[in-house]
Amino acid sequence: MDGVHDLGGLAGFGPVEIEADEPIFHEDWERRVFRINTAAMTAGLIGGGRFRHSIERMAPDHYLSSSYYEHWLTGLATLLVERGVASRDDLEARAGGRFPLSGPDRGSAPGVSGGDPTEPRFAVGHQVRVREWHAPGHTRAPRYVQGKRGVVTRHDGAFSVPDIEAHSDAKHLEPTYSVQFASRELWGEGGSPGETVQVDLWESYLEDSQ
Amino acid sequence: MSPDHAHSHHPEPIAPVEARVAALETVLAENGLLDRTALDEIVAHFEDDLSPLNGAKVVAHAWVDPDYRARLLDDGTPAIAELGFGGPEGDHMVVVENTSTVHNLVVCTLCSCYPWPILGLPPRWYKAPAYRSRAVREPRALLREMGTAVPESVEIRVWDSSAEVRYLVLPRRPAGTEELTETALAGLVTRDSMIGVERL
Repeated sequence: MDGVHDLGGLAGFGPVEIEADEPIFHEDWERRVFRINTAAMTAGLIGGGRFRHSIERMAPDHYLSSSYYEHWLTGLATLLVERGVASRDDLEARAGGRFPLSGPDRGSAPGVSGGDPTEPRFAVGHQVRVREWHAPGHTRAPRYVQGKRGVVTRHDGAFSVPDIEAHSDAKHLEPTYSVQFASRELWGEGGSPGETVQVDLWESYLEDSQ
Repeated sequence: MSPDHAHSHHPEPIAPVEARVAALETVLAENGLLDRTALDEIVAHFEDDLSPLNGAKVVAHAWVDPDYRARLLDDGTPAIAELGFGGPEGDHMVVVENTSTVHNLVVCTLCSCYPWPILGLPPRWYKAPAYRSRAVREPRALLREMGTAVPESVEIRVWDSSAEVRYLVLPRRPAGTEELTETALAGLVTRDSMIGVERL
């Protein structure tokens, strides 16, 4: 989805602040979130695509005003409610106040290509264009590369397509590639020579642009 | 309280984050899913064993052993495993080498993917919108602002960790370090240099 998480290229966030001697967890609740996340993952309640998408569905103002581990907490709580492990009212009663959850899942698993996952369609050096489909659900094709042309520079073997995994219990493997984009291709006149961006993309995100 | 009510006219305050964490802990515990002892061991592993010191050992070894460097650049995951490092978020490692003509920078614009086994859990700035938004848009300006000047003649290659691969930058070995031991060399390698926001 074209959500607030898809941050590549947005302006206005100011300087990057590096904290010297930063602790692994700033507060104990962050460690506890890491622990319950590990528990939920071990129990199979959350997986990669579904979990990422539960965070992507957060309300934009909440996403931007909360920290990484609060994202985890919100996504995990959302999935537990959606799976019927807990109700929202129950969570709010226990927490003694409002418990913000992520918005509804509007995605559906795309159809599969039927291609052989072990036979990559594109070779290194192949020119490709990223399809432009602005998925309503989960995808790992950032908005800033959709519709853009690049060159395949590496093939990485086949992996489960996140767009499918996030919206069904099915897994479908596809080759993935690293694709190189010139800054000017991505940002037009605002781009800079001498800067390139490599983005790792599943095969069905790409079309031939030779 | 219904969700509709909570979101419409009179939103009540958000419960403190600690209270929301406790609520979720209770739900998981009541479902028999919170084995605190076992889980604490896993969390301790992340806190005690995974850190940039691991990545620094990989880099220093590559600096002193050309054969290892070649293996590392050819196929990162098994080469890193030779030094005993691997696991979740490190199962598919690609190592990108800084040279006199290319400087590499790693980001995850969509979330915060990061090579946990060799760098530990990511710092806050790596997960923050400022870094994720700007690294792909204006990397040279961003690096300059962060105190790392990359000459215009050097290409900046930004790696957006958007699929399963996790990246490690192999920094250039600083001049004048020919006499140093591998251990001493590892002491020069910083976390930020292995992400690419610093040059040694």
